[in-house]
Amino acid sequence: MNVQAPPLTHNDYKSDVKPIWCPGCGDYAVLSAVTRALADLGRPREQIAFISGIGCSSRIPAYTNVYGFHGVHGRALAIAAGVKLARPDLTVLAAGGDGDGLSIGGNHFMHACRRNVDMTYIVMDNEVYGMTKGQASPTTAPDWCKSKLTPEGTGIAPVDPCRLALAAGANFIARGFAGNPNEVARFIVEGINHPGFSFIQVLSPCVTYRPEQREWKSIVHPADASPAQIMAEAMHRLAADDGFTTGVLFQGNRAPFQPIGKNVATFADLERKFES
Amino acid sequence: MSKVVVIDGNEAAAWGAALSRPDMVAVYPITPQSSLVEYLAKFIADGRMDADLMDVEGEHSVLSVLHGACLAGARTYSATSAQGLAYMFEPYFRTPGLRLPMVVSLVNRDSVSPTCVWGGQQDAMTVKEVGWIHMFCENQQEICDTIPIAYKVAEHPEVMLPVNVNHDGNYLSYGVAKVELPDQAVVDSFLGEKNVNWHACLDPERPMAVDPLTGGATGAGPATFVRYRKGLCSGMRAALDVIVEAHADWGRRTGRHWSPLIEKYRMEDAEVALVTIGSMSGAAKDAVDEARLDGRRLGLVKIKTFRPFPVVQVAQALSKVRAIGVVDRAVNFGWNCGPVFQEVLAALYHLPLRVPAMSFIGGLAGADITVEHFSQAIDRTLRLAAGELAVEPVWLNEND
Ligand SMILES: Cc1ncc(C[n+]2csc(CCOP(=O)(O)OP(=O)(O)O)c2C)c(N)n1
Ligand code: SF4
Ligand SMILES: [Mg+2]
Repeated sequence: MNVQAPPLTHNDYKSDVKPIWCPGCGDYAVLSAVTRALADLGRPREQIAFISGIGCSSRIPAYTNVYGFHGVHGRALAIAAGVKLARPDLTVLAAGGDGDGLSIGGNHFMHACRRNVDMTYIVMDNEVYGMTKGQASPTTAPDWCKSKLTPEGTGIAPVDPCRLALAAGANFIARGFAGNPNEVARFIVEGINHPGFSFIQVLSPCVTYRPEQREWKSIVHPADASPAQIMAEAMHRLAADDGFTTGVLFQGNRAPFQPIGKNVATFADLERKFES
Repeated sequence: MSKVVVIDGNEAAAWGAALSRPDMVAVYPITPQSSLVEYLAKFIADGRMDADLMDVEGEHSVLSVLHGACLAGARTYSATSAQGLAYMFEPYFRTPGLRLPMVVSLVNRDSVSPTCVWGGQQDAMTVKEVGWIHMFCENQQEICDTIPIAYKVAEHPEVMLPVNVNHDGNYLSYGVAKVELPDQAVVDSFLGEKNVNWHACLDPERPMAVDPLTGGATGAGPATFVRYRKGLCSGMRAALDVIVEAHADWGRRTGRHWSPLIEKYRMEDAEVALVTIGSMSGAAKDAVDEARLDGRRLGLVKIKTFRPFPVVQVAQALSKVRAIGVVDRAVNFGWNCGPVFQEVLAALYHLPLRVPAMSFIGGLAGADITVEHFSQAIDRTLRLAAGELAVEPVWLNEND
């Protein structure tokens, strides 16, 4: 008789490490969206690698039960690309904060988008450096004066991560809200299934340093159109967007990155070689 | 008029920096440095300090911005810790070669991996060969006073080198103590007229392109390169006297006389000595006092200036003892002992007689080195004096 193991539930993708995020932090919802998405996909845990940088948000891999690596501040995408190229059979996820991904790691963000390695990147955007106690990030409004480091605001225009991703060549772009984890889970599933570099911005409130972000639940609104397939159209829509539209915003069809002149062996290939 | 306040070490550093009137500050936050640069931002917002503060996207940019500002003639300041210093390394390595006289506080923190955000001196110890001057502070007052002294040293025409003023993360960065803030007029007259960068700056009389390609096997390349390397060594050598003079001058003006290179504590008739660096020295001195009460002739040498290394002063101070215990808050991987221990051994080689020494490592990743730990170190060093050799270091917090 062929006995099948019962399918994994989202709890099976959670580790027994208790998160040390502040009560009410949006990152809890992102964690539950990730574990739900992985359960929906039904991927075995040992076929998933989850890479982060440094920040409150970047603690997320420790709270999941898949291969995890807590990287260097800003370098999650470079590490994740290395994992994916060495083991193309793995499903590779990367995650981190707006500071990690757009400030100190901004350079990698641009090149990860244009290189289009087949992986999924989640930025948990709270418009602040939560971990170092509340400084402005590249997504912070220029007139936010609550940071002790910039008491008169930064005076610098923020970046919209989705516009940046589109301009740099990301192949799949979505924006979700931590207050709607089921939707975020769906974007993660679609992002993973979409070939190439998938970028998901999740508006994830920092209740400690940006308590006003609790209001985001009344500001976010779903996209009123199906995902743009053509870059110019996506660009046009994003240019007019307020940054709070949630949905899949772009689905491109660029071929994912292949290392030049090298056919990387999959795990199955290696096993076959071993058997023969 | 000077003013007495109760502040933590990060605020003391911010005051030391503000009183030195830098023109340009560039920062990226990192634990445990963040509040230091937030104090500076507040001083600027309150109109107490007249400097440009640039909050940039990472430490590589922090130091690069300061390079640009310093080359343009500005007095510059920043602060960082551990990973921030690591990410700064490329421009960091270049700074002394360019002879840019800036001051950067290192709020010492242990370095990853394993991941850790707590105090330790692995950050500074890992960059000791690069050509920056390193001074280590014992308490909040010394932090505040050492930063103006550091500018005086850095900008001295015979030195022209960058200075790291080190203070221990956690214990000093967040620990609060009474600090007498020097009077602005005193600091102004101590530092004199600002002449930050006379050798390479935007000067219409002497247009120059800084740092063209040198080296290679032929032509003037090798000679030029060697000249620069030797020049840096000369600057380091000259710094020893300049550091002593600057501390003496500061003492005359403020009444606070800090030991510039090393401090000798109860060394007159000491038979056994501890060597310490940074904030641990306070507890170590208490342990020395306790040992003295028990009739044991203990002394202590505290290293304030670690680069340039005060070879002669350290060797002389330790020449008469029968055994030495060096306590480090970092690890020298490869020698697998404390880095300060290695330095002390090298200095001791200049003595005609061999003095046995051993390495203690403690206070890693925020661990406390208590008086009790120092007493254990003293006991072990006394046994070394009696002939019980120690090849491996003793890890003080191993069983805590
Ligand atoms: C090279 C380096 N510089 C600075 C830091 C300090 N640091 C840790 S996390 C962080 C910012 C975190 O912000 P973000 O990525 O938005 O994450 P959040 O905490 O908001 O989730 C900073 C500046 C570091 N770890 N490494
Ligand atoms: S500081 Fe902000 S981002 Fe960090 S755990 Fe707390 S709420 Fe979340
Ligand atoms: Mg953030």
